[in-house]
Amino acid sequence: MTVPAPYYLALSAVLFALGTAGVLVRRSALVVFMSIELMLNAVNLTFVTFARLHQSIDGQLLVFFVLVVAATEVVIGLAIIVDIFRSRDTVDVDDVDLLRG
Amino acid sequence: MEAVLFGITAVCALAGGVGVIASRRPVYSALALLLVLLSLAVDYLLLDAQFIAVLQVIIYGGAIVVLFVFIIMLLHAWSGEGPGAGANLPPIVAVVLVTLFGLGLLAVLSGAHAAPGPPPPGFGTVQEVGRALFRRYLLPFEAASILLLIGMTGAVALGKRLLPSPGGPSAPPEGHR
Repeated sequence: MTVPAPYYLALSAVLFALGTAGVLVRRSALVVFMSIELMLNAVNLTFVTFARLHQSIDGQLLVFFVLVVAATEVVIGLAIIVDIFRSRDTVDVDDVDLLRG
Repeated sequence: MEAVLFGITAVCALAGGVGVIASRRPVYSALALLLVLLSLAVDYLLLDAQFIAVLQVIIYGGAIVVLFVFIIMLLHAWSGEGPGAGANLPPIVAVVLVTLFGLGLLAVLSGAHAAPGPPPPGFGTVQEVGRALFRRYLLPFEAASILLLIGMTGAVALGKRLLPSPGGPSAPPEGHR
C-alpha cells in the first residue's frame, strides 16, 4: 500500500459529495438513483480502505452486504420508477408529489 | 506504480462522478457511472480486496448498470427532465452546501492513520472472505439471500400490470406497450 489511506478516503469523500449534489440538483428520478449508487460506492471505498488499514476482513464483508442491499434496492426502485412512468407518464421527481401537504 | 495507477483511477472516478450528475441525457449518466464503478474496482485491487473488486465488476458493472440502461431504453425519450420550473433548491445553493459538507467529510476522514503494515497473507482473497462469510457471518449471509428473494418477488409484483376494477373490461395483454 504505497498510496496512503487518506488519499483513498479523500476520493471517497469527494465522490459522496458529488452524489449528494446529484440528489439535490437533478430532477430525473433515474439520475437521482444513479447519484445514490455513487454515494453507496463512496461508502464502499471507505469500508475497503479501513479494512486494509486495520487489517481486518470485516470491512470487506460489510461491502458484500452493501452490494446485496444495493442490488435489491435498484431492482425495486427501477420497478417503482417504471410503474410511476406507466401511470403518470413522467419520471421527474418534482411531478410526483402526492404526499406533499 | 501504485501511485500512478491510483492517480489515473482517481481522475477517472471524479470525472465519472461529475459526468453522472452533469450529463444532459440519462444514458450518458449511466455510462459515466460505469466509469466510476470500474475505477473503484481497480482501487479495490490496490487495497488488497480482490474478491470485492470482482464482485464490483460483476454485480455493479454487469447487473446494475445494465439494468439502468435497460430501463432508460424502456422509457427512452421521456426519461430526462421536463422543461418545467427548476428545482426547489437553486443549484448554486445546493453546490455551496455540498461543498461545505464535502470539506467536513474530508476533514474528518483525513485524520486516519497513513501507513499500515503489509497485509496478512491471503488477505481479501475469495478463500479468506468466504471463510468469514460462512462462519462468523453465516446468519447475515442467509438473511441476505432472503432479502434477494423478497426483492425478486417485489419486482415481479410491481412489474405486473395493475388489475382492472372488478366488472371492468379484461386487462390488455401484458408486455406490449
